[in-house]
Amino acid sequence: MKDITRINNPYGEDKAIESCSIFGMMDTTGKRFSGEGIIKAIANMHVRGNGLGGGFAAYGLYPEYADFYAFHIMYMSPEGKTDTECFLKQKFEVVNAEELPTRPTITIVNPPLVRRYFLKVKKQECREQSEDDFVVNRVMDINTSIRDTFVFSSGKNMGVFKGVGYPEEIGGYFCLENYEGYLWTAHGRFPTNTPGWWGGAHPFNILDWTVVHNGEISSYGINRRYLEQFGYKCTLQTDTEVITYAVDLLVRKHSLPIEIMAKVFAPPFWDDIERRSQEDRELITVLRQVYGSLLMNGPFTIIIAHQGEMIGLTDRIRLRPLTAGVKGSMLYLSSEEASIRLICHDLDETWIPMGGEPIIGSLGKPLKSKETTLAGKVA
Amino acid sequence: MKTYMPSKFIVERDSARCIQCQVCVNQCSFDVNYYDAADGEVRSREQNCVACHRCVVFCPTDALTIKNNPLDYRENYNWRPEIIEDIIKQAETGGVLLTGMGNDKGQRIYWDHLLLNASQVTNPSIDPLREPMELVTYLGRKPDKVELERGTLKLKTKLAPQVKLEVPVMFAAMSYGAVSLNVHESLARAATASGTLWNTGEGGLHTNLYKYGNNTIVQVASGRFGVHSEYLNAGRIVEIKIGQGAKPGIGGHLPGEKVSAEVALTRMIPRGTDALSPFPHHDIYSIEDLVQLIYALKEATNYTKPISVKIAAVHNSAAIASGMVRAGADIIALDGIRGSTGAAPKVIRDNVGIPIELALAAVDTRLRQEGIRNQASVIISGGIRNSGDVAKAIALGADAVYIGTAALMALGCTCCQQCHTGKCAWGICTSDLALTKRINPEIGARRLTNLLRGWSIEIKDILGGMGINALESLRGNRLALRGVGLTDTELEILGVKMAGS
Repeated sequence: MKDITRINNPYGEDKAIESCSIFGMMDTTGKRFSGEGIIKAIANMHVRGNGLGGGFAAYGLYPEYADFYAFHIMYMSPEGKTDTECFLKQKFEVVNAEELPTRPTITIVNPPLVRRYFLKVKKQECREQSEDDFVVNRVMDINTSIRDTFVFSSGKNMGVFKGVGYPEEIGGYFCLENYEGYLWTAHGRFPTNTPGWWGGAHPFNILDWTVVHNGEISSYGINRRYLEQFGYKCTLQTDTEVITYAVDLLVRKHSLPIEIMAKVFAPPFWDDIERRSQEDRELITVLRQVYGSLLMNGPFTIIIAHQGEMIGLTDRIRLRPLTAGVKGSMLYLSSEEASIRLICHDLDETWIPMGGEPIIGSLGKPLKSKETTLAGKVA
Repeated sequence: MKTYMPSKFIVERDSARCIQCQVCVNQCSFDVNYYDAADGEVRSREQNCVACHRCVVFCPTDALTIKNNPLDYRENYNWRPEIIEDIIKQAETGGVLLTGMGNDKGQRIYWDHLLLNASQVTNPSIDPLREPMELVTYLGRKPDKVELERGTLKLKTKLAPQVKLEVPVMFAAMSYGAVSLNVHESLARAATASGTLWNTGEGGLHTNLYKYGNNTIVQVASGRFGVHSEYLNAGRIVEIKIGQGAKPGIGGHLPGEKVSAEVALTRMIPRGTDALSPFPHHDIYSIEDLVQLIYALKEATNYTKPISVKIAAVHNSAAIASGMVRAGADIIALDGIRGSTGAAPKVIRDNVGIPIELALAAVDTRLRQEGIRNQASVIISGGIRNSGDVAKAIALGADAVYIGTAALMALGCTCCQQCHTGKCAWGICTSDLALTKRINPEIGARRLTNLLRGWSIEIKDILGGMGINALESLRGNRLALRGVGLTDTELEILGVKMAGS
């Protein structure tokens, strides 16, 4: 039987409640650009955070190591590092290991050590499991059973940089202007009931999936209990963790497309479903019947990203802000429009998506404009 | 033999108000009020009074008051009045003490120790007067995942039969014979009007009520009363009754006095005979036998209806429930120790079973640990009193609840616990035609519909206050609950944190 009370958040066993700023930008042609722009954009929403957490995710980060799992791991004690490295050597072939370059920053106090590893799964270790499942399980092992250690990110050709501080300070600390990626997301945090700790900052990650999130999932209790049935251990007590695992379950394990995932998280109302075409009605009814426990209820805006794709989504009655902007092949998603305009003066268009309507940017696919998405909603 | 039983109640008649109209005489079915022609005055035989308040409510001049008879025994914590009087009754009759309604003892009512959450600041509450608020619930087996045809948005997964409820409150099994046809019709019409279901209980379905079949749960119990192919196919759900919270482990009791011609016809038994269903189903002596009955019923209804299995909440309910789900039950109904009855041995009612809150928490937790919670819906019953209890039950993990006593109270029941006598003055739990006509199905249905409407609005208020707009976000969401005045063990079993933590 599963121990359903295990937690890994050292600052209390309560669910973390927070409010935040979020920003995402993606070049759908796959052209890489530095982290300078996104730091500027997220800094513009300084007042939406309180300095207790900031972070970034970037994709297309390590093209030279694209075939290896890139682990960013935080250590709060030397023992954690020793134990973890020993564990990694057992389970993986460590291709490269180094400390993340940092720049001393006056406001970043007592930073933990953060190291990155490029890992190859040992075939004899993962046996029947897929490599991805193997990696997920090993991340769970590290997070739940090795002290003072937390895996920031574990995907290929991507990485998460996060910590306690305002996001612009974290961006500076990790020298993000020196990295290039085709997709960046960022987060400024305003936790209200936990002191910030480095592991609790966003983005949250498993494999190459990251989530940045603004809001509070009021249905957290049942979302979590549902995921626990599938073997996920929600050790951080944060909504974001739950969303990340839910994405992993629906998209990776149950092979459902992103649009369907959005309909699970933020489904149309029954009254609305009644008015749809028969095929649509049957599909959404079945989704609500089967995945009702994954309805993310309460205010949220999330930006979910994985290799080649960025998705923005709000709750079904849009209790948290999200603005989308398009300029050529660039897609911007932000809590506030001003931040987009700060780094892109001449946007082709901006709009506020409908509640529960996903805005999706995919590599190599043209961006949908506002008109078509709105028309889709009305139909 | 002279009875040593004292009167329980005093009937006070205010002579300044009484107009000797004899309404109280006509209304009383327990032979309390009578007209003394010699004196030209209405009087009372107080020893017969059960405090059902029928006369009080119908007295046109409000002349009547019923009071407890302040009959003080020498104080003794062990030999309380109820215990003394039970012994007197048995000494005079030599029988099993029968009673009606649910357990009236002081076992802890956990609902009263659970408190609900609400949104403040960090997430907004949602106003149900201004925003949609959804209570829709689907009962039935759900698959682990949804599959689509490759590369399309077309559904590949076909779901087992699902039953839609507009409100997660259904009417509990109360058999025809135990309650009257008019009560059945009231329940059926109210369920139809409210988008929910009512349950026939174990006594079959009167042919007049087949038209409400779409909102009917038909029950199959150990007596197999009134069970035939047409009956099974008339309902929306078929429920196998293994046990009942008021009398776990034992069978149904319908005294022959209540087996009228119509009841006999519906139950397919001779008129006037006691309808005693056996303790066990004689074709279910183990879990593999249950599989056979479940699938026999699925075959008989061509896999078009979910099969529910109802058990009384007992010590190892969690393990039993897990077995039931694996045996193919699409719905599990749990009936707790406060579940009610038309007739049960008092010693069983008051001493056997466990509170439904604990059973529900244990079953929901166990099914989740085994990863099979989605394979069956969980319905609970046994003492649900108001919408607050409903919300707490949903948060503990129930899909829906049954109400029995509360529904009868909407029809007039005052819980005088005389159901087993067949003399119900409110015309509910009787088959005496002079009494059953006291329930008008149209008015009865309206009263029940009103109750469900009131509760749904209240549940919407509770949800909105928590900042969620769909019931599925409360279901099993035990973080929405906190406990007060409970021990660590109780909190652990309920899976709920202490208030303040």
